[in-house]
Amino acid sequence: MSDTTSSRWNKLAHSRGERLARAAGLASGRIVSADNIVPLLEAVIEPGDRLCIEGNNQKQADFLARSLVRTDPAKLRDLHLVQSVLALPEHIDLIERGQVSRIDFSFSGPQAARLARLVESKKITIGAIHTYLELFARYFVDLTPRVALIAAQMADREGNLYTGPNTEDTPAIVEATAFKGGIVIAQVNQIVDKLPRVDIPADWVNFVVQAPTPHYIEPLFTRDPALITEIQVLMGMIAIKGLYAEYGVRRLNHGIGFDTAAIELLLPTYAADLGLKGKICTHWALNPHPTLIPAIEAGFVESVHCFGSEVGMERYTAARPDIFFVGADGTMRSNRAFSQAAGHYACDLFIGSTLQIDLQGNSSTATKGRIAGFGGAPNMGADARGRRHASPAWLRAGREGRGNIAMPRGQKLVVQTVETFREHMQPTFVERLDAWALAETANMELPPVMIYGEDLTHIITEEGIANLLLCRTAEEREQAIRGVAGYTPVGMARDKRLVENLRDRGIIRRPEDLGIRKSDATRDLLAARSIKDLVHASGGLYEPPRQFRNW
Amino acid sequence: MEQFTLTLPSKAPQPSAVHTVLCGVVSSGNLEVLVEPLAARDTCEIVVNTSAHGFRDIWQAVLTDFAERHAVGGLRLSLNDAGATPAVVSLRLDQAFEMCVGDRA
Repeated sequence: MSDTTSSRWNKLAHSRGERLARAAGLASGRIVSADNIVPLLEAVIEPGDRLCIEGNNQKQADFLARSLVRTDPAKLRDLHLVQSVLALPEHIDLIERGQVSRIDFSFSGPQAARLARLVESKKITIGAIHTYLELFARYFVDLTPRVALIAAQMADREGNLYTGPNTEDTPAIVEATAFKGGIVIAQVNQIVDKLPRVDIPADWVNFVVQAPTPHYIEPLFTRDPALITEIQVLMGMIAIKGLYAEYGVRRLNHGIGFDTAAIELLLPTYAADLGLKGKICTHWALNPHPTLIPAIEAGFVESVHCFGSEVGMERYTAARPDIFFVGADGTMRSNRAFSQAAGHYACDLFIGSTLQIDLQGNSSTATKGRIAGFGGAPNMGADARGRRHASPAWLRAGREGRGNIAMPRGQKLVVQTVETFREHMQPTFVERLDAWALAETANMELPPVMIYGEDLTHIITEEGIANLLLCRTAEEREQAIRGVAGYTPVGMARDKRLVENLRDRGIIRRPEDLGIRKSDATRDLLAARSIKDLVHASGGLYEPPRQFRNW
Repeated sequence: MEQFTLTLPSKAPQPSAVHTVLCGVVSSGNLEVLVEPLAARDTCEIVVNTSAHGFRDIWQAVLTDFAERHAVGGLRLSLNDAGATPAVVSLRLDQAFEMCVGDRA
């Protein structure tokens, strides 16, 4: 026993003790005043530390990030950022100030262009661009943070935290940091006497600071139904009739685009008319998309577990505890790590959109001059090789994809739904992904591919569905992709005879092959045609953020 | 503004087809299609007015496929396009055709 407490085996706790001692005069118990936060950060962070500034695609520890930019670059330098999202300008400012020399992350959406410039000028080294689940996994292996700066909604005076609907990444970050000798600092919107519930216990938290302004949350999952086009309605009909009904898909994850929002809004109308209620789309790993409200109200949906929350959906999710995961206090709890695992292992289908697809079916959202990263899609959009439970949809996909092999095995349905041209007539289908050029200029070991062709099972475009599972040769697969690539150069270069053959064999299915009349593809088919319709459908419980209100 | 006319071979539609139909609207990224009768029964005349320049090859491919896909001989289609994608153009043409033949069974 004595060995476990000797200095030889207790360096991390010793280091934590020294850091806490340096911070002693700056806090009262765990509570730090906003005025003391800069000296506190300088006291507890050391050069070379691995640092996580909690930031994901929704919630941001923005006050702590702003405070870091005010620290002395001579004291806090050579930091290694390990966090899911580089979204705030301050994250990039830290690099420009020379305080951060290395980053490991998942997604950098809004800062993608600045990041690419810093990489090209060698001001920063990227360890790797991960998926969310992959980065969380590395927190517990070789990227454990020494200091984590996190965001919570409220703290009590002991330092217990309430993260509420936007719990998101917090449990994964805190668990890795607190149990490996690290230091956890939380910014909160409010310090209260009694929390609604405890999401993070106080003894995993070292310091709490009330931020002068509430932490920023991005309404990333709100799609205004008014902007859904008839092409998206048509593609939604194709997805429902040609895929969901065909395979009996009950457990699934949707991407965040308008294409999938259209599908959600077609469930109570088009899918219900096809008699699919209770047969498809009952269980979800999905954020609380406002566009799912009509399907929930129509009784289509049985369960939704969320990665995060969505601004304005708090009262609605709280009022539907049979559907969402809601605490005894009556508010929802999300958890990105668990929901990512759910999306990977417990869903039969992932459907999302992308910017480019090549002739092997690899897809990417990377473009030259922007290092945007992945987020969670690759975990959802990949066959779960460790899956061992069967379902009808999974088994059928496995039979189609693997043929009659001796050992029965299923496969995840991984679907890309894309229009053949994006805005400004940019073709979605390309011979070579821009990801290759990006990998070259940014010295990446791998081109950043969102979904690998070998995982992709179907492509939906306005031309129809290509079922890649049924393709028997690389040539068939290429022609199946060309055969739904419309009037893009890739589509125009199709072998018409081969494509017609694929159509005869049901590998390519056009809307008319599915019995879909294009004259039915109108916006009238959407269960809600505006944000206001969604508010009505929720019985007034949904409170859209101001930028989505026009009344 | 670019304007051109294509005359494409196509089969004649069933006799019950309605010959005057208006489908779609001229708004950004959209187009309207006006269908009227034409004397020649074995060709389809398509008049394109488009705000987008330089996509003649794609128009040709989209319209040729349309005339092959459906029996549209004896019809003149006038398209007023405000930068619709090929996807939207094909959808509008197919919708206009379905309205013409009253395929509402």
